[in-house]
Amino acid sequence: MTGHKRLGMWLFVMSDVLTFATLLIVYMALRLGNPDWPRPFTLSPAILFATGMTIVLLASSLTMVWAVAAMEAGDRRGAVRWLVATMAGGLGFIGLHLTEWRHLLETVSPGTIFGSVFFGITGLHMAHVAAGVIYLGVLAVGVGRGKFAAEDVETGGLYWHFVDVVWMFVFPLIYLMAVKP
Amino acid sequence: MAIAILIAALAGATLALFFQPRWWFPEAISAHARAYDAHFLVTLCVIGCIFVFAQGLLAWVIFRYRDRGQAVTGSDGNNTLEIAWTSATAVIFLGLALAGQGIWAGVHLEGSDPRALKVEVLAKQFAWSYRYAGADGAFGRVDVKQIDDAGGNSFGIDAKDPKGKDDLTAAVLRVPVGRPVELHLKSRDVIHNFFVRELRLKQDVVPGMTIPLRFTATKTGTYEVPCSELCGLGHHQMRSSLVVMTEEDYAAWLAEAQQKVVLP
Amino acid sequence: MTLFSTDHKVIGKQYIGLALFSVFLGMLLSLVMRFHLVHPDTKVRLFQMLWPEGAPGGQMTPELYLSLMTMHGTIMVFFVLTTAPQSGFGNYFLPLQIGAHDMAFPVLNMLSFWTTALSLGTLLLAFVVEGGAPLSGWTAYPPLSGLGKITGPGQGLGQDLWILSIALFCVASLMGAINIIVTVIELRAPGMGYFDMPLTCWGWFVTALISLFAFAVLLPGGVLLLLDRVAGTSFFIPGGLIVNDQVQGRSGGSPLLFQHLFWFFGHPEVYIAILPGMGVISTVLSVFSGKKVFGYKAMTVAMLAIGGLGFVVWGHHMFISGMSPYSSIAFSVLTMAVGVPSAVKTFNWLATLWGGRLRFTAAMHYALGFVSLFITGGITGLVLGQPGLDIYFHDTYFVVAHFHLIMGVAAVFAIWAALHYWFPKMYGRFLNERLGKIHFFLTFVGVYAVFVPLHFAGFVGNPRRYPDFKEYEFLKSVTGLHMGVTHAAYFLAAVQLIFLFNYFWSKRRGAVAPGNPWGATTREWTDD
Ligand code: HEA
Ligand code: HEA
Ligand code: CUA
Ligand SMILES: [Cu+2]
Repeated sequence: MTGHKRLGMWLFVMSDVLTFATLLIVYMALRLGNPDWPRPFTLSPAILFATGMTIVLLASSLTMVWAVAAMEAGDRRGAVRWLVATMAGGLGFIGLHLTEWRHLLETVSPGTIFGSVFFGITGLHMAHVAAGVIYLGVLAVGVGRGKFAAEDVETGGLYWHFVDVVWMFVFPLIYLMAVKP
Repeated sequence: MAIAILIAALAGATLALFFQPRWWFPEAISAHARAYDAHFLVTLCVIGCIFVFAQGLLAWVIFRYRDRGQAVTGSDGNNTLEIAWTSATAVIFLGLALAGQGIWAGVHLEGSDPRALKVEVLAKQFAWSYRYAGADGAFGRVDVKQIDDAGGNSFGIDAKDPKGKDDLTAAVLRVPVGRPVELHLKSRDVIHNFFVRELRLKQDVVPGMTIPLRFTATKTGTYEVPCSELCGLGHHQMRSSLVVMTEEDYAAWLAEAQQKVVLP
Repeated sequence: MTLFSTDHKVIGKQYIGLALFSVFLGMLLSLVMRFHLVHPDTKVRLFQMLWPEGAPGGQMTPELYLSLMTMHGTIMVFFVLTTAPQSGFGNYFLPLQIGAHDMAFPVLNMLSFWTTALSLGTLLLAFVVEGGAPLSGWTAYPPLSGLGKITGPGQGLGQDLWILSIALFCVASLMGAINIIVTVIELRAPGMGYFDMPLTCWGWFVTALISLFAFAVLLPGGVLLLLDRVAGTSFFIPGGLIVNDQVQGRSGGSPLLFQHLFWFFGHPEVYIAILPGMGVISTVLSVFSGKKVFGYKAMTVAMLAIGGLGFVVWGHHMFISGMSPYSSIAFSVLTMAVGVPSAVKTFNWLATLWGGRLRFTAAMHYALGFVSLFITGGITGLVLGQPGLDIYFHDTYFVVAHFHLIMGVAAVFAIWAALHYWFPKMYGRFLNERLGKIHFFLTFVGVYAVFVPLHFAGFVGNPRRYPDFKEYEFLKSVTGLHMGVTHAAYFLAAVQLIFLFNYFWSKRRGAVAPGNPWGATTREWTDD
């Protein structure tokens, strides 16, 4: 029975890649259709702040790797610890992101085309992160109680890394390409 | 057995319907429309032959190989045959695809004619209006705030722009016969569709875009313009007309209408 | 049979039950529509009882007609043709045919069914909320569908529920697709290669692959549309709109973008509807002609080609939309190319019959009917696939005729073929053969009578999605035609009661079936 879940998750990731590709294509199409695309981000603090978010998310990928490694080594307590650390990273990312949103909402309305794209795409990404935190939470509780095998944690890791990779596209395309000249 | 007869009968009845004159295209009133009808006829002959051949073969095979206790003889694969019919259909289908591009190109890929009469078409839920440039041949600026449907200014022509002073708006599209016409289609709210059956022309009218549509009508008359893209509860009543007039009648109408133009 | 069973057979039956409920609902809606089209001014008490707002005094409003049409299309495409052939029969027979105990993820399978059921419930809720069901068609083009109440009735909560329902449906279909793909890849019996699978399994497999990518694009499309409606974004809404005399504050969006997303899903969707059926037809034709399927390899390649090419032809729904006329040419060539593997399948079916000994069971009747209808419905695709010709036919009844013949009924014939063929396996009893054949003959005549004449309304230029034809002079000439079609539709619907009776009666009382009644060679019959 091994391997099913991993294959299943790969398939999910493939379809979700297409979902995000769709969103980014929507973004590019709209951007091409609107030559006067706004560039509201200053290097400091906006981009610095977003870089901070990126680092938090990347760090959580690292802890995820360790969680998988711990699980493979049979160290359930270690795995739970790293899973919780990963969740903390995810929650930190969401917290920072919402702070950023609050500030941005003062000047950028979601009714404008830039606002639509920015809040729409980062919002859907954030929803993925949030879903991931819940998913990892379920894993952590289960692993702590002695359920789940190494493959399950690995499968969770696959999802988490995928969400990270998506951000690696969102960050340059949506943030860096909208820096104030 | 019975099913073979039924398939043949239904295919025959379907085919027969194509030879009745009652429900067919309306009269063609432009060179494009006549080219359209010609290419459609070619396509119809090709697919008609495929239809008869395929349904006929089906009926015949059913009849021929019905269970009479015979031994099963057919094969279960033959690459030569497979390649043959794949390439035959590919040739026919792609041939049709290429043959049909001429009429498409004639509508959409030919550049704008400098002599063309330019008319702006504005669609909104659930009415059409048309704007002519007037004597100066130039459209005036429009301004959303000036829109006044009741006052006859549904385009929102800006009174301050001198070019707009002589712009003429109308609820019916009038064009002279034999002169190239270039429509600029715009919508104010949702997607509509400008369709003139006799011209064999149909074009969605999309908010946020200006879409050109060119034709030269060669026969005078009044033709209905039904909105052909779902636009809400009045979609089926969003009717307008195209009136193709002789040069003289058109000039007379234009002169008269021009005098009535008053902008605030 | 427990409600939340994780057994693939139970789930398969649940899906078929859901489709059965949906198809009769969709059919009733179509009858009300057909009635209204020919008697637009007649007051009917029943309508007032059913839709007090939509039919005041029994007089149906145009918005009610359009909302029935929207729900009819949505129910038929999603809840009938995307559920029964793939999730219904696929769930039941895929594991049996490849020698697996169950699907790879039984719990996911159960969740996927219940998400589908929730999605159907959400859709039906739209009938009863304030403002009624949405009326922007099953394609829901913005801005009509994207601005909310201001664009007219049905555009309030009803439209939100519609989008929500479609989004849930996407999620459910993605779960189902993942399940089927993993099952095929991982759970084939030892020694069974991909090219040893019956063509039915290929049908489900390719369909699952298509679903995995198609629904992944519809989902964000739906979500963005919902955001436009509820969060005030403007993905699909351009600037400077004046709706209902009110200036709209949005700017920068593109209505065509939504159409691209929708049809990128929408065209593959029509193959999702028919590929499982193609697999079934291949099997049934081969079993009842006593031969193997002709050109097995070519058949699988054709399915893969249909699946693959199906993703690059979506623009043929948008020839007239205002997109670049050059891209129309490219889409046109690709569209005609996707007809080639469809033709290959047709030829191979004919060659399968060739030299056989044909046994005319009820299932065989439906399969032969499928082939005939597939030709009749598919061939008009060759007209629509040319932008030069589509410029007249787009959004006329010619298109309605095309897709009803190929989808509305050919694909449904495949469901009947499958049901008659597999009923003995599912319930241990036969569906009554005689009733089946009677139903087949009457239905076959009925569908030709309903849908062939509609092509001619298309010739006259009759636009689709019109609640009545009173406004136009030129539509007077098709009143008689529509009257005939409506009567044929009553007849067709009445005939379906024979099927309904046969189904429920045979479940309890049908003749008891032996283990392998048709002398088939696939595992679901031969394994024990
Ligand atoms: C099961 C569903 C299904 C299937 C299989 C198809 C198959 C095809 N469809 Fe259809 N189509 C729809 C469902 C389907 N369609 C729906 C629902 C719509 C409308 C959506 C809406 O707007 O609401 C639509 C609309 C639609 C349009 C848009 C029309 C418009 O809105 O203007 C077009 C245009 O190209 C098109 C083309 C085709 C083509 C070329 C095929 C081809 O795949 C057909 C291939 C089959 C054959 C060609 C016949 C068999 C072949 C032979 C018998 C060959 C014998 C050959 C020789 C001897 C040479 N379809
Ligand atoms: C599967 C798809 C399907 C089916 C079966 C049907 C069946 C019918 N449809 Fe429909 N129709 C659509 C899909 C379908 N339709 C779509 C997508 C639209 C477009 C909507 C839009 O524009 O947005 C549409 C639109 C549409 C219109 C155009 C409305 C308009 O543009 O104004 C009309 C008008 O006549 C119509 C009529 C009918 C009729 C009389 C039937 C009759 O044939 C009904 C009789 C029923 C059957 C022959 C099938 C019975 C089947 C079973 C009993 C099988 C059961 C078994 C199991 C499920 C296990 N339909
Ligand atoms: Cu305007 Cu339909
Ligand atoms: Cu299509």
